[in-house]
Amino acid sequence: MTEREHRPATPGQGKAAPRPARIMRPTRAVGLVGYGAYVPRLRLPAKEVARVWSEGAALLPIREKSVPGLDEDVITMSIEATRNALARAQIPVEEIGALWVGSESHPYAVKPTSTVVAEAIGAVPHLLAADWEFACKAGSEALQAAIGMVGAGMMRYAVAVGMDTAQARPGDALEYTAGAGGAAFIVGPQEEALAEIEASLSFVTDTPDFWRRPGAKYPQHGQRFTGEPAYFRHVTTAGQELMQALGRTPADYRFIVLHQPNTKFPQRAAELLGFSPEQTRAGLLVPEIGNTYAGAALIGLTAILDEAEAGDRVLLVSFGSGAGSDAFSLQVTPRMAERRAAAPRTRDYITRRKEIDYGVYVRTRGKLSM
Amino acid sequence: MRPVAVLGIGQTAVGEHWERSLRDLATQAGLAAMRDAGLEHVQAVFVGNMLSGLLTRQENLGALVADWLGQRPAEAFKVEAACASGAAAFRVAHMAVSSGEVDVALAVGVEKMTDTTSGETTAALATASDADYELVHGVTFVGLNALVMRRYLHEFGWKHTDFAPFSINAHANGARNPNARLQEPISERDYTRARMVCDPINLLDASPIGDGAAAAVLVPAERAYDRPRARVLVAGSASATDTLAVHDRKDPLFLSAAHHSARKAYAQAGLEPSQIDFFELHDAFSIMSALSLEACGFAERGQGPRLGLEGRIRLQQALPISTQGGLKARGHPVGATGMYQLVEVVQQLRGEAGPNQLDRARVGMAQNIGGSGAMIATHILRVA
Amino acid sequence: MDIPRNWRLRTQRYALVGEECDHCHSKIFPPRDICPDCGLEAKAHYAFSGKGEIYSFTVVHDPPTGYEDQAPYAIALVKLEEGPIVTAQLTDVDSAQVAIGMPVEMVTRKLRAEGEEGVIHYGYKFRPTLARA
Ligand SMILES: [Zn+2]
Repeated sequence: MTEREHRPATPGQGKAAPRPARIMRPTRAVGLVGYGAYVPRLRLPAKEVARVWSEGAALLPIREKSVPGLDEDVITMSIEATRNALARAQIPVEEIGALWVGSESHPYAVKPTSTVVAEAIGAVPHLLAADWEFACKAGSEALQAAIGMVGAGMMRYAVAVGMDTAQARPGDALEYTAGAGGAAFIVGPQEEALAEIEASLSFVTDTPDFWRRPGAKYPQHGQRFTGEPAYFRHVTTAGQELMQALGRTPADYRFIVLHQPNTKFPQRAAELLGFSPEQTRAGLLVPEIGNTYAGAALIGLTAILDEAEAGDRVLLVSFGSGAGSDAFSLQVTPRMAERRAAAPRTRDYITRRKEIDYGVYVRTRGKLSM
Repeated sequence: MRPVAVLGIGQTAVGEHWERSLRDLATQAGLAAMRDAGLEHVQAVFVGNMLSGLLTRQENLGALVADWLGQRPAEAFKVEAACASGAAAFRVAHMAVSSGEVDVALAVGVEKMTDTTSGETTAALATASDADYELVHGVTFVGLNALVMRRYLHEFGWKHTDFAPFSINAHANGARNPNARLQEPISERDYTRARMVCDPINLLDASPIGDGAAAAVLVPAERAYDRPRARVLVAGSASATDTLAVHDRKDPLFLSAAHHSARKAYAQAGLEPSQIDFFELHDAFSIMSALSLEACGFAERGQGPRLGLEGRIRLQQALPISTQGGLKARGHPVGATGMYQLVEVVQQLRGEAGPNQLDRARVGMAQNIGGSGAMIATHILRVA
Repeated sequence: MDIPRNWRLRTQRYALVGEECDHCHSKIFPPRDICPDCGLEAKAHYAFSGKGEIYSFTVVHDPPTGYEDQAPYAIALVKLEEGPIVTAQLTDVDSAQVAIGMPVEMVTRKLRAEGEEGVIHYGYKFRPTLARA
């Protein structure tokens, strides 16, 4: 099916006209002036889930996933990632004009995560603060908004966080991968950037591949429907359209990072976009920490920024169920080298690990009914 | 200021009094003390208690106890200073009588701790610590003492077993006290094999809670006294404070309030530590015995355990402590404990301490510690 | 309901903000009206680095009501590099690894939740200083 056939018509307007890709660039050039990651310490090997639910027979989509500690949630994890981003940005906190946290696991259904994070970093009271929801692209959506606000000159800095303590029903395929972690980015003027944001693009449709109704503890999904019409279509289209609009090819990029629900999907999608495994490697964290939902693509980007050199380009494409993708083209600046060491690298968090068994996991994740 | 005498004493056994309420216990001990004093009426009742509000949901305890003692309209109110509530009530009674405002005062320490679950009781006890800066972190009272003990072991190089003599001595004496909660002697082997409660504090480092009440009648020393037994005078009565939170102390291993209150009490009594015949100290945890001995001048800094290891704390030795079992074996009904200590000092001075009677008991000291050391009252009693 | 009493302490709880005495320059935590060192008025805010070392520690197995779901947990007296000692839980650590003198750093974590539906209280805890490559 081609893109044109699929485009929806506007009610009452007859035949739909073709819609060109909408590339976004702010009036004022912006970039990432700070970035920070967080991954909890506990790890549940996928073979533990297989031991309990398939007598060890299941194919393992990843090696192990990160699990939040009893005292961790999206608020505490966002605070640490944001503190790391601030350590690299070295900006006055009072100049932060917005702080947005995208997640599927905000600790409160009603009461913002973002105000607690803003309070903890001392950015209150004169800023925008809100929580974003768009499944796994809630964080990249917040990043898009941050680019807009800073790019329009409405504020000097804006913080966008993608963070999750991903939920999965016991025994579901998702339980092998649903991890915990994410990243925070501070968007600011291009002249202060560690990585310039060249342009971005969003591609969304109504595609019910994965959802969670209010009050439901665990999400549901459309099994194989989550692949081709959902993940692959949105990710590859967004990536393709952004490169096309910029007149770029995969050869112009040293790195690509995609939303990573398992190991295979991002590898396959990168290949479809024309990228090599070498370009995919640095940002592919899912085998080691699992699918961190709204954090997944963003924390992959932090791992790339930890090793990228000035001039390197990065293509980032997120994916959120329901469904949509945000694509970003970034270029690392010489400022990166001097700021990188100001906070722990993503690898430092991945290396810090304590393996747990399924029993401890069940207790830690509140899956034990008492 | 006029000198004050202790005319009567009374106590209940420490234990799990399933059939007796907070008011029953206070009434029983109070009436016993009045009977012992040969009095039917008192002018004022001061009730030492820590937990009635939290565990019995009963405050205004002074009026309640005065009423149940049949003492309406006597002046009465509750005195609270965490685990030092008992001695604080005694101290208020002492101030009332020595000032000349009151001629007959009754001090009652009472606590009812076994009506609630252990989690509730643990949470209630922890309110003796700093609610906003200790308690909120899930600290327990035994936890605070464990923090102090671990650092003490680290800093002064003692082994855990070096604290065994404190517990062994307390249990040996408690075994001969019919009012004690624990009446079983223990061995060093028992001590080293006891279940760990909060590392490094094990079950035999920690005193048991319990229900109980103890009381004393205070009168001016000049009051006519025509009994055959020895007359007991309050020679020193003082209390002092330190920071509420352990972490706020410049030196968390020194009980500064014990030092200051003991110094004041020594000065009032005109005595040196060496002239104290025996010492009812606040051995809620074995580490507290060591710290109390050091702060009161019986041992050098960091040398408290030596007194135990050298056997000097046992009955008839240089400085007997916990002569009726102490908190460790008699039990620690928190707000009543200070009054038990004073009642036991009076027993020794009168020669009424039964199988635990000391040969030399002319001057006795009692020290009651509130919280982890924030409020400490020290009393010195002597035979007139 | 403990909401106001925790809310009013949020700045110090979340970020370890205390005071510096204008008179003797002592660093003070928690903030208070009177400097504990010189007895004069103290009011200038001071954000602590969060770095410190274990002064003493223990493990709570018999928690007070409201902390049952966390037990067992380690608590410690942490000596901050600026001077004050604070009481706090240790996190992200196996109790057997804790030792006096161990370097630790502050993290903001959940202290307690008022049941499944109530408010969540956040505050400082300490973890072993993150190893960095
Ligand atoms: Zn000062």
